Amino acid sequence: MTVRIAIGDACFASESDETVLDCLSRNGVSVPHACKSGVCHSCLMQVTDGEVPDAAQKGLKPTYKKQNLFLACQCKPEKDITVRLPDGAGLDTRALIVGKDMLNHNVMRLELRGEGSFACEPGQYITLINGDGLARSYSIANDPTKDGRIELHIRLLNDGQMSTFLKDRAAIGAFLTIRGPAGNCFYVREEGDAYPIVLAGTGTGLAPLYGITKQALASGHKGEVQLFHGALKDVDLYLVTQLQALAQEHPNFRYVPCVLKGDAGQFYQPGNIEEIVMAAMPAEKTRTRMFLCGAPEMVNALKRKAFLSGLASKHIFVDAFLPSQAAAAHPAP
Amino acid sequence: MNQSPTEKENIVASLYERLGGASAVDAAVDIFYRKMLADDRVSGYFDGTDMDRQIAKQKAFLTMAFGGPNKYTGKDMREGHKHLVARGLNSTHVDVVIEHLGTTLKELGVSAADIAEVAAIAEGARNDVLGR
Ligand SMILES: Cc1cc2nc3c(=O)[nH]c(=O)nc-3n(C[C@H](O)[C@H](O)[C@H](O)COP(=O)(O)OP(=O)(O)OC[C@H]3O[C@@H](n4cnc5c(N)ncnc54)[C@H](O)[C@@H]3O)c2cc1C
Ligand code: HEM
Ligand code: FES
Repeated sequence: MTVRIAIGDACFASESDETVLDCLSRNGVSVPHACKSGVCHSCLMQVTDGEVPDAAQKGLKPTYKKQNLFLACQCKPEKDITVRLPDGAGLDTRALIVGKDMLNHNVMRLELRGEGSFACEPGQYITLINGDGLARSYSIANDPTKDGRIELHIRLLNDGQMSTFLKDRAAIGAFLTIRGPAGNCFYVREEGDAYPIVLAGTGTGLAPLYGITKQALASGHKGEVQLFHGALKDVDLYLVTQLQALAQEHPNFRYVPCVLKGDAGQFYQPGNIEEIVMAAMPAEKTRTRMFLCGAPEMVNALKRKAFLSGLASKHIFVDAFLPSQAAAAHPAP
Repeated sequence: MNQSPTEKENIVASLYERLGGASAVDAAVDIFYRKMLADDRVSGYFDGTDMDRQIAKQKAFLTMAFGGPNKYTGKDMREGHKHLVARGLNSTHVDVVIEHLGTTLKELGVSAADIAEVAAIAEGARNDVLGR
């Protein structure tokens, strides 16, 4: 079935099973996008005439739904629609770059200060959009409600578009656009409860976990908190001294760096993070809360193992760092 | 509609109400899905990476088997399991599902009579699920 998608003065026929994002991209209309999985919200558009299927608004705030906003990457329209790119008012915040420093050989800390008030929970993520419309999601590693500072950990990829932009071109004093926050991977204080918490992540998956850990400990969480950070080699770990100090300060907090290609007798545990985590699972399975962030394969495998071992599915919170996906290509004219 | 007290007492709660409705589905889904994932005879069919999506689908399954409100037709069941039949889904797999459904409910303290009713509903979908 073919439907028509109108935007501005143009109108395109969409091929069956094609998303609005792919249809527009194929026809040379550029729409910001990254995950193509309904996670990053960078492809938000507004429908001005017609209707979009429920799936295209899944996970959006009620206020967004009321404004007829939808996710172009999740939208396969059933009838003709007219859409436009939202102007960003009420959706996006401008943020000033206030700090950049290296946390290890390939992880950069980026500090931003949002204009106006910025409400979020440590562990949620925001989507950064640069002047070229390039969008990527990054997790919040601190509690910005205290001083308005937003801390992100960016893994630098040699051929990564956004990470290279942030390293080489985004200067302190420049502005970025941020969309969000979104995500439900964060600590919720439940009065009087001392349940165990297990956090596990690889690479910059530590960013949200660091934020959640500090939030739980600062809120006076009484149960045991175990943080597992997986890396390929020991030089890939970061924030080691800060986390060791935090463990000194809080007797109920245990920090376990895990190095896949590591040696015995070091400050870390050598081996596979999945095995190390499963061997250290608390006995009280039904009360344990688990947070998993980072590489999608590791996150999904551990989620399954933890669930099979007896954790409740509603107690496993996950942020898979999905890599960006290209939208349908616009054939060269 | 007004009912006299005697009429009210005569109304027998539906299977779904007796089991506990949506909260019974919530209580059963983790136990049931864990059994399916841990059983080599059927786990291959539930291996999708998106566990939350699978759990939502299994909730739909349980709601239906518990005699609860659902919008599925026989045609939907045929369509929904077609890709699995193409991968070898057969009658023995339906037996396994009904078996795990029974042990799940038993663990939750459901009576043998109610378990038999649930099994009968699942049984009723066998031919549609297998596309026969
Ligand atoms: C919810 C969410 C939260 C995220 N949080 C963080 C975070 O806190 N910190 C962080 O650093 N990243 C995070 N990411 C990932 C981030 O959004 C980008 O995908 C990442 O920074 C790469 O973007 P890029 O533009 O630099 O690379 P791209 O230009 O998108 O990719 C360049 C090349 O690198 C490959 N590539 C992409 N990712 C990886 C990878 N992980 N390993 C190896 N190769 C890869 C691509 O396939 C491509 O070939 C998150 C993603 C999601 C969805
Ligand atoms: C006993 C009768 C059965 C009934 C009544 C039943 C019912 C259902 C229902 C209602 C759904 C959700 C459909 C949707 O919303 O898309 C579903 C999905 C599913 N069923 Fe069944 N089912 C039965 C047997 C089986 C068996 C025997 C297997 C495999 C061993 C199976 C595997 C699945 C899978 C994998 C899905 C998810 C499909 C997907 O990923 O889209 N089912 N079933
Ligand atoms: S939500 Fe559509 S591209 Fe990420």
